[in-house]
Amino acid sequence: MTNSFADFDKAEMFFIIGSNMTEAHPVASTFVKNAVLNGAKLVLVDPRRTALADFATTHLPLKVGTDIALLNGLMHVLITEELYDKKYVESCTVGFEELKAKVMEYPPERAAEISGVPAEQIVEVARLMAANKPAMLMYTLGITEHTCGVNNVLSCANFQMLLGNVGFECGGVNPLRGQNNVQGACDMGALPNVYPGYQKVVDDAAREKFEKAWGAELSPANGLMIPAMFEGLADGSVKGFYIFGENVANTEPDIAHVEHCLEEAEFVVCNDIFPTETTRFADVVFPAAAWSEDDGTYTNSERRVNRVRKAVEAPGEAKPNWWVFKEIAKRMGQDWEADSGQEIWDNEVSMLAPQMTGIKFERIENDGLQWPVPDLEHLGTPFLHKDGCFTCGLGNFKAVEWTPPAEVPDEEYPLVLSTGRRLYHYHTRTQTGRSGGLNDLMGEETADISLADAAKLEIANGERVKLSTRRGSVELTARVTPEVQEGMVWMAFHFREACANWLTNPVYDPVSQTAEYKACAVKLEKA
Amino acid sequence: MAESKLKLNGVEVEFSPGETILQVAERNGVDIPTLCYLKDCTPTGACRMCVVEVKGARTLVASCAMPAGEGMEVQTDTDKVRVARRLAVELLLSSGVHNCLVCEANGECKLQALAYEYGVDATRFPSPTEIYPIEDDNPLITRDFSKCILCGRCVQACNEVQVNRAIGFGYRGAEAKIVTTGDRPYDQSDCVFCGQCVQVCPTGALTEKKAKGLGRSWETQKVRTTCPYCGVGCQLWLHVKDNRIVKVTAVEEAQPNRGRLCVKGRFGYDFVNSPERLTKPLIKEDGEFREASWDEALDLVANKFLEIKEKHGPDAIAGVSCARSTNEDSYQMQKLFRAVIGTNNIDHCART
Ligand code: SF4
Ligand code: SF4
Ligand code: FES
Repeated sequence: MTNSFADFDKAEMFFIIGSNMTEAHPVASTFVKNAVLNGAKLVLVDPRRTALADFATTHLPLKVGTDIALLNGLMHVLITEELYDKKYVESCTVGFEELKAKVMEYPPERAAEISGVPAEQIVEVARLMAANKPAMLMYTLGITEHTCGVNNVLSCANFQMLLGNVGFECGGVNPLRGQNNVQGACDMGALPNVYPGYQKVVDDAAREKFEKAWGAELSPANGLMIPAMFEGLADGSVKGFYIFGENVANTEPDIAHVEHCLEEAEFVVCNDIFPTETTRFADVVFPAAAWSEDDGTYTNSERRVNRVRKAVEAPGEAKPNWWVFKEIAKRMGQDWEADSGQEIWDNEVSMLAPQMTGIKFERIENDGLQWPVPDLEHLGTPFLHKDGCFTCGLGNFKAVEWTPPAEVPDEEYPLVLSTGRRLYHYHTRTQTGRSGGLNDLMGEETADISLADAAKLEIANGERVKLSTRRGSVELTARVTPEVQEGMVWMAFHFREACANWLTNPVYDPVSQTAEYKACAVKLEKA
Repeated sequence: MAESKLKLNGVEVEFSPGETILQVAERNGVDIPTLCYLKDCTPTGACRMCVVEVKGARTLVASCAMPAGEGMEVQTDTDKVRVARRLAVELLLSSGVHNCLVCEANGECKLQALAYEYGVDATRFPSPTEIYPIEDDNPLITRDFSKCILCGRCVQACNEVQVNRAIGFGYRGAEAKIVTTGDRPYDQSDCVFCGQCVQVCPTGALTEKKAKGLGRSWETQKVRTTCPYCGVGCQLWLHVKDNRIVKVTAVEEAQPNRGRLCVKGRFGYDFVNSPERLTKPLIKEDGEFREASWDEALDLVANKFLEIKEKHGPDAIAGVSCARSTNEDSYQMQKLFRAVIGTNNIDHCART
């Protein structure tokens, strides 16, 4: 996020798009609700009528995968009615003319036709946003999990920059991170193109720096992203596969294909705390210490590096993951010095990643610090791009075109399937499914369908239904609900049997390689 | 603007307009006991524990609800005040059934602490004869209304802090009770089990069901950590006894969650004790896993990686790191791939 959670309850205007916050980030949503009770306005953009709709000034129930058309439509109004922040655009941004040219192709009527949101409502919301500044824009996976995910993000940024809302307290573009340490795993360089601190592997200076620090020669070529790794397993170019923690056999789209790839691997290693659908494919499984059994840090969505502490002993012979990697390195010929979470952070991470220079364990005993923290006196950075000063000079408008999801409904698969998380569970339930009580509160997955579709197909609430896509099919219980719009089915990926990923489409954003979990074509029938 | 002054126990102090007497006292290190007052919520003045003497006022005033005024002279610990507070505690104690011996809140109960402080031993008033049945149909929260003092903190936590709007005051007079819509049990109501009501309950009326019998507050150690679920990164206290987490509460005043948690953060901790945990390295042989020593398993992996690297080059090995585990773990894994194996084939499911 460019901004902080501390801004949420002080904000006066929100634009929340593709984020079911009350279930996926419940505590963050409480601050939004506090602000609304104090008079803040909230525009909610979501195909479903999620719980925040009760707090929204306006809810825009767009069709799945039409975000760019809608945002372009909103910007069309801002530009033609001259409601955008001219001063900000002139002094803080570049690329306005290109943006304008593209946006002009999306008058509200056309945006309405694509998105299903009435043109009058688009005009109204554009005016509302122009009249209430700054506004915080928040988004989650409803924006990124599309084949046009990166363009969706750019479109959100365009919208906020046009309004002059980036670089201020209670403004900005704020993606809420799905998992506790997605931010941290990126910061640490668990990405094929960057070292810790986003230093590029193709950059000679950066590579030399890390070669010196690690005393090893490093590859100058970008590595593979996850989808390419699976393809590599299938075609034999990848032989050894190391899976740390992820239950890829349930979380990746198109389970049948993923499992086929794992079967093809010559040698699979897993670190995990439980046997999972994925560890079945392993040749070696290392038992890992879990949360609460080791010392270290997580970095949250607002870039805050928080301490995680050991409170209990790991069971049996389970060991910290960092120790496992260190031992393998030793057996492959490298002795690493650091021998605890603190030594790894203080002596390596904070020395190598410039954003982390000022963060040491002793400084984050209580509240964590928000990077960048350039020196040991610095108190952290609650919001980025202060007063519109972008890190790379000026904010860059990037005109983007709307593109539909890779698979759209047709005669055979007439509905749209969209997926996500539910309140009582987390991912594949390896943790929540084993925590007393949570399973009792939600013991099975449902197919959430609209009243209209239920009536059409004569499906009653609680009845068993079958969902099929070109990848596979699952049987589960129907939940008939006004939350879901006509033509749409919604479900989560928490349960193995009725896991959405038997159905989801393994197509990816060309840049981020994020899969299109949010949209594919599906057939709904009685089981 | 901070020009306004009042006298607190004879000492002149400054205050800014809008502050309550309680807030001014807190800021100046003067302790006033409270029960119903919940920070950042609308004061209700329900319990009258926080009463103080204000010169010129006809009666004692509830400091949590009274705005500080220019020139006020406030006394926080006079005989009159102590008598009133003692009476308030007595009335609250006698309004319910308080058997501290078996109460989960023993040691953490604010009512018990105040009874101790104000020397209330037994009570002069008879206890009610009709007792509410304990409600624990749901798996997480136990409600025992015979210990409820109707302070309303849970109602504020639910409506003003979490804004889940699941509970409120119901019925009237002596029948008054905290209810969900239609006075149904929690698991058939709008409750989303964030447990905020439990966290703020000053007595044993609302308690964590899973913690029952696992340890008294003075037997447990508190360890601060970060929630392992979503990207908000809420700050938690793990209450630990005998190498086991017995319950989780939110760290008050901490960023980013400021004392709040959701159902997963508060109640999703005991997976670590599951008997299904992996406890030994496993090696697959003829399609079956067998247990192995660390040395054997580590040697096998190292040798196999060396062999693949030798035969097919370092890029024939790929790894997926974990977005749930610590920074230090991810750092080590990418270092293993880059510096030891020699490839940049390292990624994680950043995109979910
Ligand atoms: S658990 Fe949360 S939602 Fe349920 S009554 Fe308590 S405060 Fe309200
Ligand atoms: S307590 Fe809930 S909102 Fe907070 S980090 Fe955990 S899962 Fe997220
Ligand atoms: S704390 Fe002031 S009346 Fe209860």
